[in-house]
Amino acid sequence: MNKNLREPIWAASTIAKGEGGITGDWRSHRPVLNKEKCTVILRNKPVCHLCWLYCPEAVVSRNIPPEIDLLYCKGCGICAKECPVDAISMELEEKD
Amino acid sequence: MSEKNIQILSGTEAAALAAKLCKVEVVAAYPITPQSKIPEKISEYVEKGELEAEFVLVESEHSALGVCISASLAGARAFTATCANGLLYMSEQVHWAAGSRAPVVMCVANRGVGAPWTILNDQQDTISQRDAGWIQLYCRNNQEILDTVIQAFIIAEELFVPVMVCFDGFVLSHTNMPVDVPDSNDVASMIPPYKPVLDITDSKHIVNINPVTFSTPRPFANGEIQPSYMGLRKRLNEALILALTTIPRVDALFEKKFNRTTGGLLWEYMVEDAEVILLSMGSLASEAEVAADALRQNNIKAGVIGVRCYRPFPGEAIKKSLQHADYVAVFEKDISYGHEGALCSDIKSVLYGTPNQPRIMGFIAGIGGKDVKARELQQATIDLIDGRITESPVWINLTV
Repeated sequence: MNKNLREPIWAASTIAKGEGGITGDWRSHRPVLNKEKCTVILRNKPVCHLCWLYCPEAVVSRNIPPEIDLLYCKGCGICAKECPVDAISMELEEKD
Repeated sequence: MSEKNIQILSGTEAAALAAKLCKVEVVAAYPITPQSKIPEKISEYVEKGELEAEFVLVESEHSALGVCISASLAGARAFTATCANGLLYMSEQVHWAAGSRAPVVMCVANRGVGAPWTILNDQQDTISQRDAGWIQLYCRNNQEILDTVIQAFIIAEELFVPVMVCFDGFVLSHTNMPVDVPDSNDVASMIPPYKPVLDITDSKHIVNINPVTFSTPRPFANGEIQPSYMGLRKRLNEALILALTTIPRVDALFEKKFNRTTGGLLWEYMVEDAEVILLSMGSLASEAEVAADALRQNNIKAGVIGVRCYRPFPGEAIKKSLQHADYVAVFEKDISYGHEGALCSDIKSVLYGTPNQPRIMGFIAGIGGKDVKARELQQATIDLIDGRITESPVWINLTV
């Protein structure tokens, strides 16, 4: 390796969460879960989880209650659209 | 130094043999005239067991270079060859190779670009890839093809910059010439083993290479600061600038070992007292030597500069060679449409602001295999000196 070349000379990273950037900051609307409507929460069973199934970014967990990772959620609103009981609403992000 | 081993080789054979001497480990190429014999020869070497390499069959040039980039980043010495529309089909990967700093060596048997189809020679293909971040070296004969491929691996692997070894299709690729073939042990002793920047094959430390890189430096997951995209681009440019010292040094090492030189950045012929310089690249520059001889017989002090290294551009070396010239005739086999030949623009730019600038005129010659004779270069030079040329560029020997 020539010492005159400044390291690093090419882009590389270890594989880890956040290595490609925290992409949730593109979001204009954030999904908010209404715990009084969500079927999973009301029944305390993994019975619906359509939000988890439809999320194109895989940021909705299959837990009880479903958790949405806002670091990566782009705010597309598909979960809100697909939720059969309208338990998810899209609320405007407040930008700095 | 061992004894000479002269073989009669075509340009493509010289290129394939050079790759073999360099003990390339991965070769992937797709056939395209007039380069096809290079991968054909190499696959023959591999089949016969003369070369221990992986010859990867691919469905396109884009994949060919893709294979070479991956192999190179993983630590293998990788080689490919193409030309014309094949080169342009791999263009996306051409840029990727430089950006990922893969020291791939690629031979290009220069051919005119379609449409309309031509299989014959000009240099539009490689000139169109000028700004991809590769080192571009142009050869004037088959000996230089062999020597340049060997040097190219040393340069590429030291700087982590891919190198294009360009030589004129048919004029060199399909012309047989005597070539002094060096001993394989002598070549092996010249080329240090290739070590990649990172060991990406280590399964305990998996790395993601060339991820999305933003415009500002950011710490990655491991806490290290990752340069910005622009910062990486600057480093690539610095590596190419550094090549201006690496290339002559490697050529000097080569000369010490094999007692012949390619000139490093450029070569000169009778420039010491020359009032007019014929400047060109590749085989056309060889032709210019014949024209210069004829001009000397007519009492015109002519000399020749053959630009061997086109990127990085050896501005200072050219400026030095041209310092006593009154006229410079730039002959080239490419055109930047709507302007002039690319080489001519570069020559003008390095002389900008210098005192006593020579009169520079651009000549476009030999496009799409159009024959160029030494007497045409000679006449063009005389026309330049006599002030008969008012418009640049001049298209040489073109009736319709």
